Amino acid sequence: MVKPATTKDDAHALFHSLRSAYSATPTNLKIIDLYVVFAVFTALIQVAYMAIVGSFPFNSFLSGVLSCVGTAVLAVCLRIQVNKENKEFKDLPPERAFADFVLCNLVLHLVIMNFLG
Amino acid sequence: MEIQRTKSLMQRGKIGNCTVYCVKTHRRRLRLPFRLVSSPSIKFEMMWKLGFAFLLVAAASICEAAAIFSPISEAHRSAALELFSPAAGMFTSLEEASESLRTFEVLGIEIGTDLKDSTCKSVVDALSSGSPNSKDLYYALRVSSVLKCKISEGDLTGGVALRLKDFVKDAKSLLDFYYSIGGLVLIKDQASEVDVLLEDADGIFRSVKDLSQSDGKWRYNSNNPESSTYAAGIALETLSGIITLKSSEIDGNLIHALKKDVVKLFDNVDKYDDGAYYFDDQFVDASGHQGPVSATSSVVRGLTTLASTSGSLNIPGDKILGLARFFLGIGVPGTGKDLYYQIDALACLDQNRVLVPLILSLPASVLSITSQDKLKVKVTTVLGSTGPPLSVKLMQVFSSGSKDASIINKELKFDHKEAVHVLDALPAGVDVGEYVFAFEIALSDLEHKKIYATGGRTKVPVYVTGVVKVENDKVEVLESDSVETQQKLDLPGKNDVALAANHLQKLRFSFQLTTPLQNPFKPHQALLKLRHESGVEHSFVVGNSGKLFETTLDFLGLVENFFYLSGKYDIELTVGDAAMENSFLQPLGHIELDLPDAPEKSARPPAQPINPYLRYGPKPEIAHVFRSQEKRPPQELSYAFLGLVFVPFLAFLIGLLRLGVNMKNFPTSTIPAAFAILFHGGIAAVLGLYGLFWLKLDLFTTLKTLGVMGIFLMFVGHRALSHLASASEKVKSA
Repeated sequence: MVKPATTKDDAHALFHSLRSAYSATPTNLKIIDLYVVFAVFTALIQVAYMAIVGSFPFNSFLSGVLSCVGTAVLAVCLRIQVNKENKEFKDLPPERAFADFVLCNLVLHLVIMNFLG
Repeated sequence: MEIQRTKSLMQRGKIGNCTVYCVKTHRRRLRLPFRLVSSPSIKFEMMWKLGFAFLLVAAASICEAAAIFSPISEAHRSAALELFSPAAGMFTSLEEASESLRTFEVLGIEIGTDLKDSTCKSVVDALSSGSPNSKDLYYALRVSSVLKCKISEGDLTGGVALRLKDFVKDAKSLLDFYYSIGGLVLIKDQASEVDVLLEDADGIFRSVKDLSQSDGKWRYNSNNPESSTYAAGIALETLSGIITLKSSEIDGNLIHALKKDVVKLFDNVDKYDDGAYYFDDQFVDASGHQGPVSATSSVVRGLTTLASTSGSLNIPGDKILGLARFFLGIGVPGTGKDLYYQIDALACLDQNRVLVPLILSLPASVLSITSQDKLKVKVTTVLGSTGPPLSVKLMQVFSSGSKDASIINKELKFDHKEAVHVLDALPAGVDVGEYVFAFEIALSDLEHKKIYATGGRTKVPVYVTGVVKVENDKVEVLESDSVETQQKLDLPGKNDVALAANHLQKLRFSFQLTTPLQNPFKPHQALLKLRHESGVEHSFVVGNSGKLFETTLDFLGLVENFFYLSGKYDIELTVGDAAMENSFLQPLGHIELDLPDAPEKSARPPAQPINPYLRYGPKPEIAHVFRSQEKRPPQELSYAFLGLVFVPFLAFLIGLLRLGVNMKNFPTSTIPAAFAILFHGGIAAVLGLYGLFWLKLDLFTTLKTLGVMGIFLMFVGHRALSHLASASEKVKSA
């Protein structure tokens, strides 16, 4: 007898399909995804610290959080440009995208270091 | 006709047009019926004339102000010592030396032998040097005549006399004549054997006289039309010098004309109200002389020298006395030159052949009734030496402000010991106050009238002081004109009354002032002052009627003036006058005033002067309160989170390893490898720079270094990445 499909089974099925689909992505994209997750987690830990001890000094908190968020955003831009399935950026060589990523990060971190105090 | 007659009588009173108008009125009167010109009217006329004449004389005598002139005193001596003490022990010029020495000579001051010797030496140097200036020779001779330097050695004076005679021949201007002829006269006095007589005395006299003008002044030379009185004085001295040095007779008419010129000069004399006469020059001439002191002194010197050489001049006594009064009225001058002019002129006036002025002075012009001072009068010459035997009479006493005077005509006794004339007792009716006493000097020997000038009536101001009694002094508080409280006071002693009043009541304060002769006395100041405890003051003048001084303060009217301030007011009374010996300013006590409250729009009381120490002095110190430290979290918590932040990084690294990260794309050949290594190194260096920037650098150095590193990184990165790109292209195409 076939059991009726429960939501739990659907969730499991969805999760498995996502996982298998994700494993098809190229490695370099997975590295970028991992980097984004790392940055977001660092930001969350900083927010949790601020929640515990209060927002003094506020500029330091902002610069810390924004550095994580900024670098995550730049990594996402890199992923979009490097992704071969993206027809828009077909002609853009990935080294060029990486060079942009490095340059933007360096500028972002200069600003962050100035604001850190 | 009545009107006509009165008018003609009034016209007759005028001095000056009498002759013409009188004749006219006479003629008119003769035409009138004869009976109008009758004896009663003639008597009336005479009375009118006398009355008018008396009024004019009285007015003229009152117009002259009263002043005290005192002869030369110790003050002049000390001023001379101060002004004329030579700097560095020597006089700067012979002119200055001659002025200083003449002043010391007249005042009887001795100079040290060192100064005398050094000055004599400079005199001899000046005389023996071949100076082309007659001025230097003249002043050198003047100095030597005072100091009695030995200049007759050798032919020094003879040579000087010859040179001066040459100067006289070549002289063109008045000052040339003056110096050369003056020098010759001085040589005549000091070295009588030298021949100084002038050959053409008449001619020289005429050439100096040519410089005179019709108004009595003299010009300095024929080219310059400017004339001055100072020059007139110099000219008179020069001309009298010529008369002394004459070898032959000078035309008597010339001398007579000269005397007339002198009298004409006196027509331009100026006058002060107190009887001082002086000459004034309007401009500053080349020699820098200016002002009335120098001009008058020069004229006095000139005319006394002229009188001594050629007989007396016809100058009225009051003018001579006026000149003496002018010089004495200066007091002690502030500059050396003015002091010299003053002393020199007074010395000339002290013994001269015109008229010797006699000065009436009072050693003390403030007399006290309480100590029964006697009025003392001194009559001396201008330098303070005793005069001829004479008597002094007190003729009139004017009380201040009023024109009428009591006629006294009392003679003063002469005290031989002190050489003063003493009035035994003050005239009856002379009470505390200001008076003007009119004295008259009468010479014992009538012949002396031609020698001395005494000058009619001399008026001097005299102050009589005394103790003024205060009587019947009391202060009362009135309630609608009936006395509520009364307190007697003990003025001018200490008092301490305590009164109380409200705004419906009045304060009355009264006292009487009497002089020692039981006359009423009106002081210059009689003020009642009320001072509030906050410092606001109100002053009231105490009015008088006869002897009684009274003031009533109606508080109902004064409420607004007092700014509605209730409270304790201190009372103070001030009564003062220059002639009152016991002027007083006494606190009398206090009064508690109860005034209604101030309405909305009333004036605020004036701000009291601020204590400067409170405003400008040091202020209390402020202790700065610093902002308290923000609460920081405990260190352990911070460290814990620091560790926690690194956890995602470790997770990232582990994840990378799990994904199978490799370095296969790393270039193997040398040059691209080097670039790749430099690229990574460059990024690491930039991040290291950021770390340094956070730790200690500032933005400017960071940016500068970053610029350099950035350019390097760009180049290196471009090479590395382009190599990688070409490598992947090769793989793709392959």
